[in-house]
Amino acid sequence: MASLTADDTTIEAPPRAGFTKSLKDFIRNQPLGAAGGAIVILMIVAAIFADFITVYDPEQISFEAMLVPPQWAYPLGTDNYGRDILTRVIYGARTALFVGFVAAFVGSFIGLVLGVASAYFGGTFDLIFQRVMDVFLAFPLIILALAVVAVLGTGTENVIIAITIPFIPQCARVVRSNALAIREIPYVDAARACGFSHTRIILRHMVPNVMAPFLIMVTAFVGQAILLEASLSYLGLGVQEPVPAWGLMLQGGAEEYAESAPWVAIFPGLAITLAVFAFNLFGDALRDVLDPKLRSER
Amino acid sequence: MYKYVVNRVLLMLPTLLGAAVLVFIVLRLAPGDVCEMRMAGTGLFADPEAIAVCQENLGLNDSKLEQFGRFIGGYFVGDLGISMWTARPVTEEIAIRFKLSLELAIMATVISVIIAIPLGTISAVKQNTWMDYAVRTFSIAGIAMPSFWLGILIILGLLITTQAWFGSPWMPPIHYIPLFEDPLGNLTQLIWPALATGYRYAAVSTRMTRSALLEVLREDYVRTAHAKGLLNKLIIRRHALKNAMLPVVTIIGIEFAFLMGGLVVTEQVFNLNGIGKLFVESVLNHDFNMTQQLVMLVALIFIITNFLVDLLYAWLDPRIRYA
Repeated sequence: MASLTADDTTIEAPPRAGFTKSLKDFIRNQPLGAAGGAIVILMIVAAIFADFITVYDPEQISFEAMLVPPQWAYPLGTDNYGRDILTRVIYGARTALFVGFVAAFVGSFIGLVLGVASAYFGGTFDLIFQRVMDVFLAFPLIILALAVVAVLGTGTENVIIAITIPFIPQCARVVRSNALAIREIPYVDAARACGFSHTRIILRHMVPNVMAPFLIMVTAFVGQAILLEASLSYLGLGVQEPVPAWGLMLQGGAEEYAESAPWVAIFPGLAITLAVFAFNLFGDALRDVLDPKLRSER
Repeated sequence: MYKYVVNRVLLMLPTLLGAAVLVFIVLRLAPGDVCEMRMAGTGLFADPEAIAVCQENLGLNDSKLEQFGRFIGGYFVGDLGISMWTARPVTEEIAIRFKLSLELAIMATVISVIIAIPLGTISAVKQNTWMDYAVRTFSIAGIAMPSFWLGILIILGLLITTQAWFGSPWMPPIHYIPLFEDPLGNLTQLIWPALATGYRYAAVSTRMTRSALLEVLREDYVRTAHAKGLLNKLIIRRHALKNAMLPVVTIIGIEFAFLMGGLVVTEQVFNLNGIGKLFVESVLNHDFNMTQQLVMLVALIFIITNFLVDLLYAWLDPRIRYA
């Protein structure tokens, strides 16, 4: 514990909250957010250890067990190829989270650097950069993603790129407006006066100060990316069979057998909803905690 | 005001030109073209000569600059060209779908406003009560639920309930029923996709209404209104809600623009022949001309909506004056 001593007065610095205490505070103040966080962690664990917690092979076709209703051996039933839906939902979490995290992090990181750079340099660079971003922002996410898929083709890697690209301008726009305010704060001038390089000022002095809006955006993007991946896969333009993916599971068989075998359509959609729901709850709570304006008003 | 409008309209041009350049380049980066798709897409042997003739006829062999010139030049003479896939005029193909997409977008927006504003208000006024939590859960669920899945569930629900109640399953008709020929038939067809998408967009606007209202409710003038003994209902309706509407209007405007072009997946579920479906088909068929015009249409709708929203601001908030 640090203390300052001047003559006979001692000013004690308040103790730094430990991780356990912060966690407890978070759970008490943000019960919904904590629940969301718990679901996210559960899904990550399930996705990582999918091989150990499932009995069936997600790609194993079994003609003896086609469209079996939910029962003990198949808790969520089987699809029209006789594949266990629970197994495919768990493996699907792997695909969804992988695509979601990579696309959200890469997209928002590029957006972060570009947004801060645009605010820092200002002038013509900023003006041109903003017009380019305007062009990208004039389209719905799904349309941009479709355009990228048209160029690159389908498949998991291409879907990630297709989802990453539309996130860049979205993140850059928000980060830029935050960074514009930071640029005016004297410590940036001080850093410049010290002769630091542009890269150093951007990465060491400005980027850490826009972390709050950035993190909020990343959590929101993960949810959006999961939805986008599901939509693209549902259209047949995303992840391809036989890779287990939630959107793909809703395509074809799910609609065809909707009436006689509703479980084929219900559970994968429920998984998508739960995942995005959890990320949004967590993101909302994170915003409340990280946004100083909201914090003081609570 | 006049100067502002002219300025804004002029600023649209570089964005539109940027969109044109972007779509033009992206389309030509993709391997293959419409001729190869049309002839080899069937899996049969395609005569390379026939493909060459087709490419020549559609002007795909011309230099890129010439092709771009034709694309942009078309706007000045009012000729948007033909669909490379169906050989019908682009304007004709779009016109058929535009009515459906516009109607669906309006219906979904109306549904979302009807749900969002009352729920958002309740949630803000009763902050941190069970009602607030219920509304927030409801709205986050709306954002989390893929609208195509909600669509599948709606169709499933309709099939099961009609089977149980009337003895035979019913689902919304697949072929488009024009509004003016059979208004009731049109409504029974489009209300379901409108509900599926309206709920999702309601979720977004509910959250916006809640947060905007929460901010306004802390303003001094609201406290003054309370102090002079005004009824709570009146304060919310006349003082708070009116001031909280600005960001909500923005969100609704942006949503409307997205609804016009972004309903790709919902149209697929309900088998509706709208702009979104046309877009997917054109992209898959490498129909450059159609895709280009659709992209420009979506961008134009988006930009114009944004502009109208800004004008609406001035009307809603007399303090805003565009000079």
